[in-house]
Amino acid sequence: MTGEGKTHEKGHHTRGHDRGGHWSSRNRQRKHDDRRHHEDRRNQDEKRDSGVDESLPVVKMFRAFQLELDDRYDRYERLVKLGRDVTIESKRIIFLLHRIIRNEDKDKILAEANRKICDLNTSALREIAMELRGQSYYLYLRAFSPGVQEYVEAVTFFHYIKDGHLITLDDIHKALVFEEQPEEPESDTAAAESTSAGENPPATFSLEITPLDYMLGIGDLTGELMRKCINAVGQGNLEEPFMLCSFLRDMYAAFLTFGNTAGRDMSRKVWTLCQSLRKVENACYTIKVRGSEIPSHMLADMFNTVYPEKESPDCG
Amino acid sequence: MSGSMSDVFLSFQQHLDNEQDVREEIRLAVRDLEQRARGILTLLQGIHQQTGISTIPELCAKSKAQFATVREQYQVLKSKVPEGQYYRFHDHWRYLTQRLCFLVALTVYLEEERLVEREQVADMLGLCTEQDKGFHLDLDDYLSGLLLMADELSRFAVNSVTAGNYTWPMKISVFVTEMNLGFRLLNLKNDNLRKKFDALKYDLKKVEEVVYDLSIRGLKPSGDTDAVPKSD
Repeated sequence: MTGEGKTHEKGHHTRGHDRGGHWSSRNRQRKHDDRRHHEDRRNQDEKRDSGVDESLPVVKMFRAFQLELDDRYDRYERLVKLGRDVTIESKRIIFLLHRIIRNEDKDKILAEANRKICDLNTSALREIAMELRGQSYYLYLRAFSPGVQEYVEAVTFFHYIKDGHLITLDDIHKALVFEEQPEEPESDTAAAESTSAGENPPATFSLEITPLDYMLGIGDLTGELMRKCINAVGQGNLEEPFMLCSFLRDMYAAFLTFGNTAGRDMSRKVWTLCQSLRKVENACYTIKVRGSEIPSHMLADMFNTVYPEKESPDCG
Repeated sequence: MSGSMSDVFLSFQQHLDNEQDVREEIRLAVRDLEQRARGILTLLQGIHQQTGISTIPELCAKSKAQFATVREQYQVLKSKVPEGQYYRFHDHWRYLTQRLCFLVALTVYLEEERLVEREQVADMLGLCTEQDKGFHLDLDDYLSGLLLMADELSRFAVNSVTAGNYTWPMKISVFVTEMNLGFRLLNLKNDNLRKKFDALKYDLKKVEEVVYDLSIRGLKPSGDTDAVPKSD
């Protein structure tokens, strides 16, 4: 949205008035509160600092630093909140996707999940992208990185169920390019203003996801696939575990090639992935060996027995 | 392995390799800078010597000359960091930059007895202060550098008394008090900077003790001391 970029530069508190959906109304309220708190705090500061000699050059200098640091910390906090919103909503989408039991439900639930993902794209993620416009991306990355990972997990899970393959980072990025919404008159006038003002902000802006966040999100996806596999057995579906198993095996093999180069987070993920894979493989084993002997509803219980956790060096 | 999956993993592998190369080069550039910073630090340690106070102007001149190399080395480092990714690799030079800020601030204080501005530090290091211009001087790093200087100055106050100079502690006391005033204006988060700021009060206390010791023994230099709060 081109118009917002301008107000954004002046002050972020004035933003958030022209976005639809349930997110924005909540955020508007929140932002308002933020501002009030902020002003309260500022006033208190003023009172407390009344003894400060404002003419000292040091004081003038530090007043400027105060503004800069406050802006940075406030933006960071807002991004943490947005990141948390993304996490919560993504988890809900994942739960929703786990509810697919019969094939008849599948389309309906997928459609609903798709709608939720789109909602998320146009609300919280869009706001994150807004906050980051003209800012140093990596300065704030830690604030919203967990949320983004959860989002990647939800989206890849959705696409795996829908198409049976892994969606690439580029494809995810395609949904995260935002532009002004034509149906909102407010933003149109704002856009006109900004062009008449001689500014040329980019017509679109996007939210980048770092490759590492994407890969960590995929690492989480394997956990969901493991749950899906166990659920499938519980529902008497004895083919799906084998498909999931081979998918997970491919994934595990691919993750192993990174070794230690991808950081500690990744090593931990790979270790968890190893555990998930063992569980799924054991499930497949049990289906093969016992499948013909006991009713399928009892099979599910058997998988819940805990496997001894061995730490082998090649599990990361 | 299906096509899309191998693509995903292959491109991530490339990303990792690429990142490792960049880090390697940054590390090399930072190592050179660290060496230079250590050289300047060793040089400025001369002020604590028994005869150090009289050599301050020389030491400052020498230290300033060394910053010319620092500027060049920062240009090298600058060229290694991809655009818009300053904070991605910030950890590699964060501590180094703080140290160099401290050295600039100390040099300027010893010469001109005032707090160095952020712009001036950036200028001495060949950097800018605006973060949208790429490689810049981070505000946190600058402030941390100032706090490092306060620590050094509290030590200098003690040593200057030992060396028989009673005016420096007075000046330092005023200076550190002012700096403390400035820092108290900031709303710091519970992070590293805050931790360093918390140590400032001990530096201040130390300097105040030195001033007290001088006062009760009548060693306070006469003249400027009664009206000391108005520095310069």
